[in-house]
Order: sequence, then C-alpha cells, then structure tokens
Amino acid sequence: MALLQISEPGLAPEPHQQKRAVGIDLGTTNSLVATVRSGSAETLPDYDGQHILPSIVRYSEQGVEVGLVAKPHVIDDSFNTIVSIKRLMGRGLEDVNTLGEVMPYHFVQSESSMPLIETRRGAVSPVEVSAEILRALAERARDSLGGELDGAVITVPAYFDDAQRQATKDAAKLAGLHVYRLLNEPTAAAVAYGLDEGTEGVIAVYDLGGGTFDISVLRLQKGVFEVMATGGDTALGGDDFDKEVAQWILECASVAESDLDSGSHRAVMIEACRVKEALTNADNVEVTFNGWQGELSRVQFNELVKPLVTRTIRSFKRALRDAGIKAEEIHEVVMVGGSTRVPLVRESVAEFSGKNPLTSIDPDRVVAIGAAQQANVLAGNKSAEDMLLLDVIPLSLGLETMGGLMEKVIHRNTTIPVSRAQEFTTYKDGQTAMAIQVLQGERELVSDNRSLARFELRGIPPLPAGAAKIRVTFQVDADGLLDVSAEEMATGVKSSVQVKPSYGLTDDEIARMLKESMTSAEEDRDARKLREQEVEADRLVEALDTALKADGRELLSEDEFNRLVADLENLGEVKRSGSAEAIKLEIERISKASDEFAARRMNSGIRKALSGHKIDEFKES
Amino acid sequence: MAITMTEAAARHIRDQLEKRGRGVGIRVAVRTSGCSGMAYVLEFVDEASNDELAFESQGVNIYSDQKSLVYLDGTELDFVKEGLNEGFQFNNPNASSECGCGESFNV
Repeated sequence: MALLQISEPGLAPEPHQQKRAVGIDLGTTNSLVATVRSGSAETLPDYDGQHILPSIVRYSEQGVEVGLVAKPHVIDDSFNTIVSIKRLMGRGLEDVNTLGEVMPYHFVQSESSMPLIETRRGAVSPVEVSAEILRALAERARDSLGGELDGAVITVPAYFDDAQRQATKDAAKLAGLHVYRLLNEPTAAAVAYGLDEGTEGVIAVYDLGGGTFDISVLRLQKGVFEVMATGGDTALGGDDFDKEVAQWILECASVAESDLDSGSHRAVMIEACRVKEALTNADNVEVTFNGWQGELSRVQFNELVKPLVTRTIRSFKRALRDAGIKAEEIHEVVMVGGSTRVPLVRESVAEFSGKNPLTSIDPDRVVAIGAAQQANVLAGNKSAEDMLLLDVIPLSLGLETMGGLMEKVIHRNTTIPVSRAQEFTTYKDGQTAMAIQVLQGERELVSDNRSLARFELRGIPPLPAGAAKIRVTFQVDADGLLDVSAEEMATGVKSSVQVKPSYGLTDDEIARMLKESMTSAEEDRDARKLREQEVEADRLVEALDTALKADGRELLSEDEFNRLVADLENLGEVKRSGSAEAIKLEIERISKASDEFAARRMNSGIRKALSGHKIDEFKES
Repeated sequence: MAITMTEAAARHIRDQLEKRGRGVGIRVAVRTSGCSGMAYVLEFVDEASNDELAFESQGVNIYSDQKSLVYLDGTELDFVKEGLNEGFQFNNPNASSECGCGESFNV
C-alpha cells in the first residue's frame, strides 16, 4: 500500500504518477542511495539504520554478500571479497597492472579485454561486481519507497572517461536500474548546496574520501556546470590519517608493526580511527592499546597528518593552475568526504582558498543528496521552471540525405539527454541497403559539416522507391554519447553506431562553425534549394524511366512514348543549368505530361489483379 | 466537521515544515481522479485560500475546502512505517473502498 508524502502547493501528483527516483553515490569505499521525500532530499537507511553501504562484495559459498556483512572477510577471504572495484571500472587488464597498487585478486583475461576476477563463484567482471552494489542499494530504495523505481542518477568522478562511464551504465543496466543520467560527483555536491541556482562563478569541490582525494574546479555559467580542471591523488584518504595515528600508537606502546598479528593490527587501526574522529570535537583524547595508555592532543594529531593535508593543498594548487585561475577567483568551496570533518583540513582549505568552505551538509552524504535532487527533477516530479539546464549540445546533429544535404535531427542548444527519431525512405526501386552518414554542424551541405560516423543498414526488403520506412533515431545521453540507430519498420532489421559528438572539437572550433553558418546563411539556403530540386529531378527521371521500360510500349502510342523520352532528356539538360526555379518548372511540366500514363498504368495494374477472379470473391471483404 | 491527525503525523509535519523553512500548515483535500474515483491531496500551505476551513490538531494547522470535507469529515491523518517505507495514511470513515494502493478511494 502506497503511503503519501507531502507535496509542494499545487503540485500534488495524480494518483500513481509520483515517480520513484533516486540518486546513487557509487563510491570507491562507500556507497549511498538518496531520494526526495516531502520536498527534501535524504539518504535512505537499511533495516539496521545504516545509511552507508561499504562498497564491498563477497562471493561466499552461500551467495553474494554486499556491504557490512562482507567487510570482515576482506582479511580472511580476500580472494573472494572484493573492495575498491570502482578503480577497475572501464579498465583493461594492462591498466590493472599499472594502477600502482597491488590488488590481491586473481585476474583472468576475458575475450573483451575486460579484466575478470576469479572467485569461488566463477569469474566476475568489475561491471558485475558494481552491479551487485547497485542492486543492494536499489532494493533498499524499493523497500523504502514502496515500489519499483522509475530511474536513478548515478554519480561518477569528473575525470571518468567514456569507457569508465559506459561501464558504470552497464552495471546499472545489469542491476535493473534505469539511468536518467550520470552526474559528475563535484556537480552533485554543488547541486546539493543549491549553487546551481546561485550566482555564476568558479566553484572548487574538495573531496577527501576514505581512500581517494579528488579536487575539481567547476565553472557555473547559465545554469551549466563546466569542469575546468580535475586533480587529486588516488591513493590518499582518511585511511592514511588512521595509519599515521596507528604508527604513533605503536611507537608509544613500543610495539613493532612487524610483530602484529592480523587481529591486533585491526585493533590498532580501529583505535586510531576512533581517536581521529573524537579529535574532531575534543582537544584531547585518551588512547589505549595492548595495555598501554596515553593521550593524543589535537595539536599533536595535526602534526601527524599535516604532511598529508599539505599534499592535498598542493593538488588543489595544481588544479587551479590547470584551470588557469587564481585562488582569489574561487567563489565557493564545497567539502565532500568524511575526512573533511578533520578541523585541520577545513582550516587549511579555508586558508588556501580564502573562503569559508561549505560544510553544513553531511560530507559523506552530500553527493548522494545532490544526485537525488537531480533525479527528482529528471523524473518530472518538479515543475518545469525548477528544471535545471545542465548540458546542451553545442552543434546540431543530423545525417546526409540524397544530394549531399544535411538533414538536422537534433538542433543545437537542445538540452541533453535527448532522443529524436525521423523516418526516411529508399530512393531507388528494390534498394536493399542504405548508407547513413552522421554529421555535426549548422551548414546545409554535407561537405561544409563534420562527419562523425558512417554505417550501413542492410537487409531492407526490395520495394518500390519510397515504400520502405526507415526510422533513424538519434539519442544523446547525458554524458554526450551519441547513439544513432536505423531500423526498417516492416522487417525490424537494425543497425547502429555510437559516437561522442564533441570529441576533438575545441570551443574555438565550435564558435567558428557557428559563425560560418550565420555568414553563409543565404548561400546555404540557395544551395539547399538547388540540391532539393536536383534530387527531385533525379527521382522523377528514375521513376519515369522504370515505368517506360516496364510497360510504356504497351500503354502508350509511339508518339506519346517518344514525347516522354524527349521530356526526360530535356530535364537532364535543365538540371545542368543550376537554376532551382527552372528545374522546378520543368519537373512540374513533365509530371503533368505523364499523368495520363500514370493513370493508365494504375488501371492496367488493377485489371491484372482482378483478372481470373469472380466478383463473389470480393464481396465478403 | 473536522479532520484530525495522530501525534506521529504531527511530529513529522512539524519537522518537514521546519526543514522547508516556510509554510503555515498542510492542505488536505480530495479531487476526482485516480483508479478508484477520488484521490487524496496532501501538500504544504504557504497561504490559505478564502474558501478553505482551518482546523488545528496536535498543534498543526490543517486546511481543507468545503467540497473535500464532504468526503473527509472525521478523517484521521496518520504517519506510519512499513518496514523501510514510511509516509502518510488517511483513516477515512467515509471511504467505502480503496484502490488497494491507498492513493485513491470511493465513498
């Protein structure tokens, strides 16, 4: 039974219309799922009240375990308990060997060059492992929201490339989730703080998680977040803070690290983590380990972790340099990740950026919360004016039609994700294949636009020209990936290609292409008119020629036949004149002249179809 | 005529209003649509309209219009948890049948 939520005034959904949409922060160490309920975004807890799901998947004898239950087995069943799978998403086996960290798993090569991890339940791909995490979160969300999910926004690091994004989407698909879009993690954090509705400017997102550090510099312009630069350290996080404290404890307790068994190793790490967290609010914390007792002050702690914090600030500096901006130009700094609770981190960031960082939203949950807000908008649960414009396509996308013309399917400045379909047909009788050239640009002629890809649709049933229906669908997902597919509607034969439209085009090139389309607008219009008439003329010649050959002698007098043949020759002449108007007139004239022929053909066709049948046979239908 | 709410419902609404930062209460109404005839409306109120009646229950203002009250008189609004799922439920003595999902009803 559905339980109701409070809506904004005037926006109460129709019954059964409220869409269940979630935001998912699929993290290296931890993952979360959030949703918007009664107007505010909140992360969803599991049955034990835990919001955070450790991103750990164990393939046990009994089945697949995800999260906290799998955590203890990281040590005692390490081959089958997989952590940090996000680091392997979209990577090849050769990448895995150069990732700079030792993964304790047995890798096997697969056909698709994707690394597979050998477990007791068979070889699994990173996509499958991630899908298990997503599945656990989706199930929690379904239980919390009382039904099937309409869709999800999943966050990815800003630096994720196409392969890594695609792998994330594949994982979602495998988990049975419909992905509205992938959202960059720093963008999600900025959205959570409502910065997308604020003033335009540069926003820095400082994300210090359990095992990774990311710094992103974004520019907000007209409601669109643009990633200016990213940086960080894939092997620096809160765990390193714990290690520093653990080292200190071991030194004080006069225990050599090499003497520790795995049990006491874990014990000292747990104690170190507890002390670190307590020092967020306390100035001094009691420490006990192995019979040793002492005290660690915030000042001492700061000394221990200072080199680590300094490393993050250095990355921050480098990212600003890459973005070509100065620290003073930063408008806001958003803090993400549990380790940004450490006071020294906040102070250092504030000192470097000259801004008080935003910390009011739980740094562990801020990314999931932003993603949930975005999901809520994309699901259509908010009014249109709240719709955020996140990305637009910079140049129109289309395909080549007869005569070398560019037919635009998606126009520039359309917000993505978007999907548009258009129907095309065959040009020749019995045509069984069609070449589809995918183009980008604003000009009318193919040669003035950029070709992105070419593919062929084969297996079109042989039909008269214009009878086959071919539906071409252009789909640009939120990540800018373009999918073009062509389908013959009668037989369902399909063909498709995927391209990344903005690939390789700089802002300057885009600006140049736009400008050219403006300055040559008239020229383009005339060129298009001429090409259209030329194509029309060719079509008429083709059709009439075929008809004359088929039954011209039979249905026409010698005189009529010769006149039409002469007309066709004349049309060829006029076509070469280069005047759209003249071609058009000639086409109209010949069309009229051949009307009688067309009528006779139709009558003869009907007679043929009816001959040999009795009238009774037609009565029933 | 009156609409009331449970302590749990009141607590949750107060929390939501506080988080939202504005609003004077909640609106409870009925509109004709849905798979079983009528559907409940539950939304925040920033400004009550003239044709609405106001009630107070557990310290929360409830607004409803005359027409809706015909179907809602005596209704108690409750906030319930079912496993991980949580939300509002109308205990409506006027409803003769519900659509099973609870989002719409018949009188």
